[in-house]
Amino acid sequence: MNWSWEFFFSYLTNGMMLRGAWTTVWLSVVSMILGLGLGVLAAMMKMYGNRALRWVAEFYIWLFRGTPVLIQLVIIYTGLPQIGIRLTVIESAILGLALNEGAYLAEIIRSGIMSVDKGQTDASRAIGMTWRQRMWLVILPQAARTIIPPLGNQFNGMLKTTSLASVISMEELMRSAQMLAQIEFRVLESYTCAAAWYLALVSIWGMIQVRIEAHYEKPFGPAAAVSPEAKKELRKAVEEGGTAA
Amino acid sequence: MTMQETQLAPRSRAGRDLGEPIVLIEGVEKRFGDNHVLKDVSITVRQGEVVVICGRSGSGKSTLLRCIDHLETIDGGTIRAAGHLMGMREKNGKRVPLKDAEIARQQRDLGMVFQNFNLFPHISVIENITLGPVRIQKRPKAEAREEARALLARVGLPDKENAYPRQLSGGQQQRVAIARALAMKPKVMLFDEPTSALDPEMISEVLDVMVDLSRQGMTMIVVTHEMGFARAAADRVILMHDGRIVEEADPETFFTKPESEHTRLFLSKILSH
Ligand SMILES: Nc1ncnc2c1ncn2[C@@H]1O[C@H](COP(=O)(O)OP(=O)(O)OP(=O)(O)O)[C@@H](O)[C@H]1O
Ligand SMILES: [Mg+2]
Repeated sequence: MNWSWEFFFSYLTNGMMLRGAWTTVWLSVVSMILGLGLGVLAAMMKMYGNRALRWVAEFYIWLFRGTPVLIQLVIIYTGLPQIGIRLTVIESAILGLALNEGAYLAEIIRSGIMSVDKGQTDASRAIGMTWRQRMWLVILPQAARTIIPPLGNQFNGMLKTTSLASVISMEELMRSAQMLAQIEFRVLESYTCAAAWYLALVSIWGMIQVRIEAHYEKPFGPAAAVSPEAKKELRKAVEEGGTAA
Repeated sequence: MTMQETQLAPRSRAGRDLGEPIVLIEGVEKRFGDNHVLKDVSITVRQGEVVVICGRSGSGKSTLLRCIDHLETIDGGTIRAAGHLMGMREKNGKRVPLKDAEIARQQRDLGMVFQNFNLFPHISVIENITLGPVRIQKRPKAEAREEARALLARVGLPDKENAYPRQLSGGQQQRVAIARALAMKPKVMLFDEPTSALDPEMISEVLDVMVDLSRQGMTMIVVTHEMGFARAAADRVILMHDGRIVEEADPETFFTKPESEHTRLFLSKILSH
């Protein structure tokens, strides 16, 4: 057997691997945020846009959900220069991942918005909100409840999907593992190490996610489900019961 | 009837002079596909007047109120309310539909109260009330909060400002909804069956607030089957049937000698409950 724990542990804290892990984290966060922006935009265009905007949104969603991210990344980084669009590795990685994510998030956001009671739209229009005020102040804050759990799962996926950016030489975890493997030919150790890092990142995210979801699962407002008056009445009833017994 | 009429003293109409027309509905038509819901509806409401609209389910009452507030667009006729030609602009004698922001501006002068309250569940009671004044009318927050507290006192909920809608009873929620609408200082208040989703014991607490409001001179159009409210507060009662106005009279006449067969039928049904 040729497995070396020594290599494995030294890779875990290797500078290149740490930088790779950090890159994976920020690349995921940035792509997710941009993807969220794109997703909201596409969902809005699809739900409220005129025919042209709707068509653009549908086409975007269809295109990016219908093709592998890998091809999207390769086209953006190595294909586009052919028609004069030159993007750096980082720009290409962020753009590709965000565009892909946005297409998936659009559908999630759309269903979140549709889950908000129609009476909320009536009420906000009746006090004279414009479309934009209505969205920001009333609809989206409520839609967030339905959107947040699937959003968390998407981020979990994003942490791992970023590994595909290694093919355009984005130096994230996967790429770090590739480079380490080429230095000392400890292929198994370096990729296992990268896998361990992904597991760690995803697990940490999982813990954060549980907290976020627990927060959003609660009904709106403070936790006290029993009003003070009801409590007082209950106490009184118990006391009266006590004396009667 | 669920309300004790004795709680509401008959409204004194003496010395109350009604002002200029403030809502003018003329020949309004509304269709949902093949369903012709409003047929040539015309109503004039004067400043300070309280008009009660009743009629059986599906007769178009809600649709009419929603058209007045431009929550629905009309297919014919005109609606003028609080000085606005709702949803439209006149340009060289032609009518042009207004843009979103302009419609929103018109809607600020009309308040609406819904059957299901429709409070914003994600913010507290006081934020429900100040959201409009602060975020739409851009008034100072401190001033808006002070006014909101005064409104809460007026609807009998001075200690509920930090509660969330779900922590309130239906009657309390509806009173907050009334306060929320009043915070925008509307010129006309529209009520769509404000008490029909409430437990019987909560109905009068909402009606009391509405009667108070009418006594303070608010112009009100109220869809309701609370005939006690109509007797106590209405200047006029209207019966809608199948998208048309079939009776329009002062409460006395409406209840004692209505002209339409539909009204007699309606009254016999509702009073036999
Ligand atoms: N958004 C809509 N789309 C299609 N049809 C509608 C819509 N709103 C109302 N209608 C139809 O219009 C007619 C009148 O409805 P409306 O809600 O105005 O009646 P209503 O008098 O308020 O009845 P209720 O007492 O049950 O509230 C009904 O036939 C209803 O089905
Ligand atoms: Mg109705």
